[in-house]
Amino acid sequence: MKKEAFPTRVSLAMYFMRGSWRYFLFSFIFACLVAVLDLANPKLIGYTVDSVIGHGSAELPGPLLLCVNALGGPDFLRAHPAAIAGIVIAVAFAAAVSRYLFRLLNSFGGENLVCRIRDTLFDHILRLPDAWHRENQTGDIIQRCTSDVETIKSFLSERLTSLLRIMLLIGLAVYFMCGISVKMTVAAGAFIPIIIGYSFFFHNKIGSAFEECDEQEGVLSTIAQENLTGVRIVRAFGREIYERERFEKQNEHYTGLWVRLMMWLSAFWSTGDLISGLQILCVTVFGAALCVKGEITTGGYIAFCSYNAMLTWPVRAVGRVIADMSRAEIAIDRIRYIMNSPVEEDRPGALEPPMDRDVVFEHVTFAPRDGRKVLDDVSFTIPAGTTVGVLGGTGSGKTTLACLLDRLYELPEGCGRITVGGVDIADMKASWVRKNVGLVLQEPFLFSRTIEENIGIARPTGGLESEVKSGKDAVVEGMSGKDAFVDGMNGRNVFVDGMSGKEAVVDGMSGKDMGSDDAEGRYVVQRLSVKANSGGIGEDIRKAAAAACLDETIESFASGYETFVGERGVTLSGGQKQRTAIAQMLVKKPKIMVFDDSLSAVDAETDAKIRRQLEEQSAGTTVMLIAHRISTLMKADNIIVLDKGRIIESGTHEELVAKGGVYKKVYDLQTRQQE
Amino acid sequence: MDNSSKETREQKRLPFFGVPALIPWLKPYRRIIISMVTMGFLSSLADAAYPLFNRYALDTYVAGGTLKGIGWFVGLYVLVLSLQVADNFVSAYFCGKVEMAIDRDLRNASFNHLQTLSFSYFNQNNVGYIHARVMSDSGKIGELVAWRLMEMVWNGSYILFVLIMMLSINFRLALMVMLLVPPAALLISYFQKRLVALNRRIREINSRITSNINEGITGVRSIRTLGVEEKMIADFDAETANMRRTSVRATHFSALFTSSVTFLSSAALAIVLWQGSLLSADGLLKIGTLSVFMSYALGMMEPIQNIVETTSVLISIQVNIERLMRLLAEKSGVTDSAEVVEKYGDTFHPKKENWEPIEGDIEFRDVTFKYPDGDEYVLEHFSLKVKRGSNVAIVGETGAGKSTLVNLACRFYEPTFGQVLIDGRDARERSQLWLHSHIGYVLQTPHLFSGTVRDNLRYGAPDATDEEIWAALRLVQADSVVKRTKKGLDEEAGEGGEMFSTGEKQLLSFARAILADPAILVLDEATSSVDTMTEKAIQDAIATVIRGRTSFIIAHRLSTVVDADIILAVMDGKIVEQGTHSELMKKRGYYYRLYMRQYEDTAVKLGFEQDA
Repeated sequence: MKKEAFPTRVSLAMYFMRGSWRYFLFSFIFACLVAVLDLANPKLIGYTVDSVIGHGSAELPGPLLLCVNALGGPDFLRAHPAAIAGIVIAVAFAAAVSRYLFRLLNSFGGENLVCRIRDTLFDHILRLPDAWHRENQTGDIIQRCTSDVETIKSFLSERLTSLLRIMLLIGLAVYFMCGISVKMTVAAGAFIPIIIGYSFFFHNKIGSAFEECDEQEGVLSTIAQENLTGVRIVRAFGREIYERERFEKQNEHYTGLWVRLMMWLSAFWSTGDLISGLQILCVTVFGAALCVKGEITTGGYIAFCSYNAMLTWPVRAVGRVIADMSRAEIAIDRIRYIMNSPVEEDRPGALEPPMDRDVVFEHVTFAPRDGRKVLDDVSFTIPAGTTVGVLGGTGSGKTTLACLLDRLYELPEGCGRITVGGVDIADMKASWVRKNVGLVLQEPFLFSRTIEENIGIARPTGGLESEVKSGKDAVVEGMSGKDAFVDGMNGRNVFVDGMSGKEAVVDGMSGKDMGSDDAEGRYVVQRLSVKANSGGIGEDIRKAAAAACLDETIESFASGYETFVGERGVTLSGGQKQRTAIAQMLVKKPKIMVFDDSLSAVDAETDAKIRRQLEEQSAGTTVMLIAHRISTLMKADNIIVLDKGRIIESGTHEELVAKGGVYKKVYDLQTRQQE
Repeated sequence: MDNSSKETREQKRLPFFGVPALIPWLKPYRRIIISMVTMGFLSSLADAAYPLFNRYALDTYVAGGTLKGIGWFVGLYVLVLSLQVADNFVSAYFCGKVEMAIDRDLRNASFNHLQTLSFSYFNQNNVGYIHARVMSDSGKIGELVAWRLMEMVWNGSYILFVLIMMLSINFRLALMVMLLVPPAALLISYFQKRLVALNRRIREINSRITSNINEGITGVRSIRTLGVEEKMIADFDAETANMRRTSVRATHFSALFTSSVTFLSSAALAIVLWQGSLLSADGLLKIGTLSVFMSYALGMMEPIQNIVETTSVLISIQVNIERLMRLLAEKSGVTDSAEVVEKYGDTFHPKKENWEPIEGDIEFRDVTFKYPDGDEYVLEHFSLKVKRGSNVAIVGETGAGKSTLVNLACRFYEPTFGQVLIDGRDARERSQLWLHSHIGYVLQTPHLFSGTVRDNLRYGAPDATDEEIWAALRLVQADSVVKRTKKGLDEEAGEGGEMFSTGEKQLLSFARAILADPAILVLDEATSSVDTMTEKAIQDAIATVIRGRTSFIIAHRLSTVVDADIILAVMDGKIVEQGTHSELMKKRGYYYRLYMRQYEDTAVKLGFEQDA
C-alpha cells in the first residue's frame, strides 16, 4: 500500500487552505480591529459620563486619549459636546470600514477555499482509475462532493473564524473589564464557562434529535417520492387510500418528533435567557454596590454594563461552534478518503509512439477481483488499417477486450500485454492511448448540453486557441447586465461597484489575479466562439453527424444542432444515443476505432449505411468491431469468436462459414429468420 | 420549452402576498396563535423594560449612593425575568407547534389531493417539481405563519414600546433619534432587495455545480474514453469561479449592509451622547435616563432589520404559497360524474358493496385522442375489440408513444372523441377506482416501495396470507429469491434495500400482480439486460401471469411478441401496423425491421447454447 497523500485531517485542511489562508489572516487582523473599535464605545461613554458630564477623571485607551487631549481635554468637550459625537462617529466609521473589510476578506478566503476544494476534488475524481469508480457508489461520492464540502467550508471559513473572533472579543472585553474592576469581572466572568458548557452540552445532545428528525423527514420524503414516481402502480392497483394512510401516519410521526424537539429547543433558549438575565442582574447589583462603596465610577459602571451586554450573544454561540466540530471532522475524513485514493499515473518516461501500426494482443489473461478469468490467454493481431470483428455471447469478455485496449482496465504484470507497433500500451501515456483509440461504449452517456456541443466535445484543441487570440475582450453579462467584465486576454477580474458607480479593482489585494480566472476567461471565450460560429456549425461536426446518419434526425428537431439533450431537453432513443456517441468519437479522429456493440439499437439498414460512410471517411483506420449482427461482422478482414474468455474460432467470414462452428450456427439462425 | 409554459402559468399572482389564501389553514389553530402572539407581545415589553431597571439602579443606587431597598429591586427583577422566561418558553413552543401543525396539514392536503389528480397533471409536471410542492413549500409556509408572524409582533411591539418610552422620557432627544429610522429602513430594504436577487443567482449556480458533479461522476467512463477530462475540468472550474465571484459579490453587499446598520446605531448613540451631555450638564437629564436612551438607541436597529428581513421573506415565499395553492386548486382531468360517485363512491370512500364483478372485455370504439398538452391527434377513429383473456402486444422504439392505448384502457386518460367500453359499458359509467381495482400493472423499471417484501407483495391484495404470498412467489419462481435473504418476507425492499437485483425485483413485481389477481393486466417489459437464468425465469413468469387475463404488453421480448393475439406497432406516437406476428412478418414493414434487430441477439445466444 502506498503512503497516504494526506495522513491527517490537518494536512488536508492545510492543503485546501493554500491560496486562501492569506485572506483569512488579513480578515482576522480586521476582525481584531473591529473588536477593538467596538470595545472603544463603552469607554467613550464612560469617559463622557465621568469626565464631561461629571467632573471626575476617567481613563481612555491611549490613542483616543491623545485625540481628546489634542482637542483640548475634557474642558473642550464640555464646551463642545458635539465633539464627543464626532469622536463616536469617527470610531464607528472606522469600525464600519473594518467590519466591511473583515467580512469581504473572509468571504474571499471562504470562497477561494471552497472553489479550491471543489476544483481539486473534481479533478481528482476524474483521474481516479475506472476500478475505483466501479467500487464506489455514485450517490455516495456525489454527497461527499456536495454536502461534505459545504460542511467543511462553513466550518473552516465561518465557524472557525467566528470562534477566533469571539475568543478575541471575550479576551479583550475581559481585559477592559478588568481595567474597570477586577472583582466585577470575576463575578461576570464566572458565568461564561457555565453558559459555554451548558450550550455545548445541549447542542451535543440535541444533535442526535436533529439527525432523527432529518432521517424521518427522509422517510416521509421517500414515501412522497415513491408515490409520485410509482403513480401508475398506485392508481392501477387502486391503492390511494393505503397511500394516504401511510403518508399521514409518517407525517404525524415526523411532526410529533419536531414538536418534541421544539420543546427542548424552547427550553434551551429560555434557560439561556434565564442564565443571561441572572448574569446581568448580578453585574447590575454588584456594580451598584461597588459604586456606592466608591470603588468604581459611574462612567465605569456604565461602561462595564455595556461590555457585559456585548458578550452575551457571542458567548452563547461558542458552545454551538464546538459542538459542530465533530461534524466537520467526519466530513473531512470522508473527503480525505477520496483524496487519498491514488490517481491513474503514467509510468516514468511514458511514450507517445505512432499509433497507426499493428495492434497485437499477446497472451492476455484478465481476472478482476473474484478471480474468475474474464479473458483467458487471448492472442490475436489486428494489422494496421484492417478491421477485426468480434462475436461473443453475454459474459464472453468482449467488452473487456475493448476496455483493455483503451486502458480503462490495467493489465497486471505477467498477464500478457497489448502492443501497438511493438510498444506496450502500458508504457504509453494513458491520455495518448485514449486520444488515439476511439471507443464507443455499449451504453453511451450523453452530456446535458446541446447536440452540437455533445458531438464536438472531444474535438482536438487548436481551433479554439486561435479564436482566443483573435477575440477581443469578452464581455460577460453581469448582475444588472452591465457591471461585470471579464477580460479574457489577461485573465484579470474587474468589478464595477454598483453602488457608487466607480470601478473597484478587486484583485488589488494580493497584487495578483485571484486564482483561476484563466479558466473563467477560457469558459467565456469558448461560449462566445460557439455563438460566433452559430452562422455555421463546425464543418467537422456536420461531417461526423452525417457519417453517423444522425444529420437528418438532428434537422428534424425544432432547434436543430442547438437542441438540448438529456434531463432538461429532448430524450433520445437508444439508437439515436448510439449514433450520437459514434459522431462524438469520429470528431476525435482516432487512429484506432473500437465499437463495443454500439450499433445494436440501430436497424440493419442504417447500420450498413453508417459502416459504408465510415469506410469511406476513415480509410486506413484500424478497427475493432464487436457486434451481434453477422451482416455487420461479415465484411471484417478477420473475425474472432469469443466464448467464456477464450478464442474458439477465427478467420474470415467465408472461412468461418465453411468451418461450420458456432459462427456458422449464428449465421444460419440469423439468415434463416430473414427468409 | 416546458419552463416557459410553467412561467406563464405562474403569472397569476395572489393579492397581499398570498397570505389571505392561508387563512382557512390557520383557523383550526386560532386560539394557540392568538396566545402565541399575545405572549410575544408581553415578552417584547419585558425586553424593553430591562433598561428601565438599569436606569433605576443608576439613579437610585449609583447616583444616590445608597443600597437601601435593593432587595426589592432584585426581587422585582427576578420576578420579571422568570415571568419572561416562562413566557418565552411557552410562546416558542407554541410557535413550533403551530409551524409543524400547519406544515403537516398542508402536506397531507396536497398529498391527498395528488391522489385524485389524473395523469395529465403528472405528465405536465415533473416529479421533482411536485415533490417540492409537497415537501418544501408546506414547510416554508409553516415557518412563515409561525416564526415570521411572531417576529413581526415581537419586533414591531418592541420598536413601538421603545418609541413611546423615549418620547415620554424626553421628547426632543427621542425625535432626534427617530430621525435616523427612515434612512435606516430605506437603506436596509435597498440592500435586502439586492441580496435576495444575488442569493437566487447563487442557488442557480449551485445547482449547476451539483449537476456538473453528477455528470462528472456518472459519466466518468465516457469522459475518459473521449479524453475530455481537461475540458470537463475547465468547464467545472469556470462554474466554481463564477460561484466564487457571485458569492463574494453577495458578501460585498451584505457586509456593506451590516456595517452600515451598525454604523447607524452608533450614529444614534452619538446623537444621544451629544444631546444628552448637553441636557445632563444643565441638570435636565439624569445619568440613568441617559443610559436608558443609549440602550434604546443601540437596540433599535436590530428590530428594524428583522422587520425588513421578514418582509423580504414574505415576498419570496409568495411564490411558494401560490404554487401550493394552485396545486390544491388543480382539477383532475378525469373525473367521475356525480351519479357515478353516488353509486360507486369516490377515491377515499369507495362503496364496494355496489361494485359489479369485471369480465375483462375491452373495446375501443371509434376513439380519437390527443394528449391535453399535445397538439396532434395520436389516435384517429381507432377501433379495436380485445376479448377477455386475450393479449395485445405493443411494439416500437423508446419514446414512440407505446403507452397511449394502455392509458386509455386504464382510464388514466379519456378519449377526446369516441368511447372505451369495459364489459360492454362505457368506462365512464363506473368509478375510476372500480376499474383500477381490477388492473394489475408491472412496470418497466420495477417499482418497489420502501417497506418489507411482504408489504410490497400485498400491495394489490392487502389481505393476502403468507401462504398465498408464497404460492404466488412459487408461480413466478421467485420463492428462492426471497428464501435466500436473511429475513425472508420481512426483508427491506425498495430503495433502501439493495438486496435485490433489477431482475429479481422484476420477478417480485410479477408476484405482486398475481396476488392482486386482476382481470386486466398491463405489462411494461424491461429492456435491461439480466443474466440468462433470470431472463428465463422472467419469460416463464410472463407466460404464467398473462394466462387468462386481458393483457396489454408493451413488449420487448420476442417470446411475448410472437405469441400475442394481436400486435400493434407504434411509430412517432401513431399505430402504423396491426396484426398477428406472421401477418406482420409477411408485410416486411416496420415490425419486421424491429423484430429482426431483436432476433440477432437471440441468434447469438442460441448459437452458443447449441454449441455447448
